[in-house]
Amino acid sequence: MNTQPEARQSPSMQPPPIGMLAELTHRCPLQCPYCSNPVELTRKREELDTETWQRVFAEAAELGVLQVHLSGGEPALRQDLEALVASCAEHGLYSNLITAGVNISRARLEALADAGLDHVQLSVQGATAEVNDHIANLPGAFDKKLAFAAEVTDVGLPLTLNSVIHRANLHQIPDLVELALELGARRLEIAHAQYYGWALQNRGALMPPREQVMEALDLVEAARERLKGKLVIDAVVPDYYARLPKPCMNGWGRQSLNVTPTGKVLPCHAAETIPGLEFLNVGEHALGDIWQHSPAFNAYRGTDWMPDACQSCDRREIDWGGCRCQALMLTGDAAQMDPVCEFSPYHDEIQTLAVIDSSREDEFTYRRFARQPA
Amino acid sequence: MSADTPINDDAGGVPTLQEHDVVKIPRGVRLREDKARGGWVLLAPERVFQLDPIAQQVLTRVDGERDIAAIVDDLAETFAAPRERILVDVGAMLADLITKNVLEVT
Repeated sequence: MNTQPEARQSPSMQPPPIGMLAELTHRCPLQCPYCSNPVELTRKREELDTETWQRVFAEAAELGVLQVHLSGGEPALRQDLEALVASCAEHGLYSNLITAGVNISRARLEALADAGLDHVQLSVQGATAEVNDHIANLPGAFDKKLAFAAEVTDVGLPLTLNSVIHRANLHQIPDLVELALELGARRLEIAHAQYYGWALQNRGALMPPREQVMEALDLVEAARERLKGKLVIDAVVPDYYARLPKPCMNGWGRQSLNVTPTGKVLPCHAAETIPGLEFLNVGEHALGDIWQHSPAFNAYRGTDWMPDACQSCDRREIDWGGCRCQALMLTGDAAQMDPVCEFSPYHDEIQTLAVIDSSREDEFTYRRFARQPA
Repeated sequence: MSADTPINDDAGGVPTLQEHDVVKIPRGVRLREDKARGGWVLLAPERVFQLDPIAQQVLTRVDGERDIAAIVDDLAETFAAPRERILVDVGAMLADLITKNVLEVT
């Protein structure tokens, strides 16, 4: 097993990143069982302060970042969200608020719009209160989300609806399309769950059966054609059943970076699951230096790290070897080809695993902070 | 060509535009210079459109007030190019951006 990539000289100059995910906090009123945050959550007292985030935004703009996704947890639990949005606007960064939409008052939404917020992405866990509130484990959440969506469009901000898809809501895809249209969203994200962290723990409760996934893909494709010019529909495909790997992050360390609530800079939000990688912190390094020189970013950049079979593959600069975290989880080695690829020796194994998980009837393990040590 | 003649083909759900139509960049979409990479970009939710110099010339003239005819006149004069040709190119470009939800007719 080799999870420690060989030390290698970093290429002279990396092209600048386009997008930055700013995970402002891990605190959240929802407890979705597929949360993309790590299983070990960061507490409030460990979070970066306002000034540090503002410096990070300035450095990001200088580096060439164009879009910032203000995310969490629930970013609106940060009391300084308005100041952070204003900082993005000041530096010309396009700001996208990724929210659960259950704790933002009309007045606060207006303040965020005035501060220069460009776009709101609202999560829904389902297309009905029953499904939504069960998955989020928060009674009343759905009604709050509907009210919030109406306020977003009323204030004049563009709205995207995002729904993570899995066995418990896959049947609602047509309803989610209708809901997006009713709420006046201009964009809908149908994102099949990606099985890392919390979702990995919940795979036996979330993995949908193959034939339903294929049917869902056709439904989304038909809706996308029908609603061209009216609603943009983006889909994140369910890769366990696929033949080709997804171009994870469009290539490791190629276009985007992720800053955690404590200031660690990661090539993707799950990168900390890979043992042996060294991540640098914005508290000690400038963002531009981290992008260029962080050992974690240079570990799987480009194509040099790839196994021979990937290096000689025509798709090496299309899917960039797929996902490192998934390679690690399913093969024990992050430098393996993504086992979703049909040429991987592990390919049949993961398809079998998905079929088995899809027939299990596990209960959700909800996303929660670990109990405080006494 | 009269002012109410469609300036692009109405094919495959692409909107039909006329010279007197006014288009604008909606809220949530921003046009800006991209100093780090050079050139200009149109920023939209989860999407970045890198603009070629022609698209940049067209979009920097889109202000939600001037109609397409006025923009085309301006371009024809600025670049001393045939107006008919510019009209067809601009119509196709604007229609494409409307289909992608990053431009709208007022």
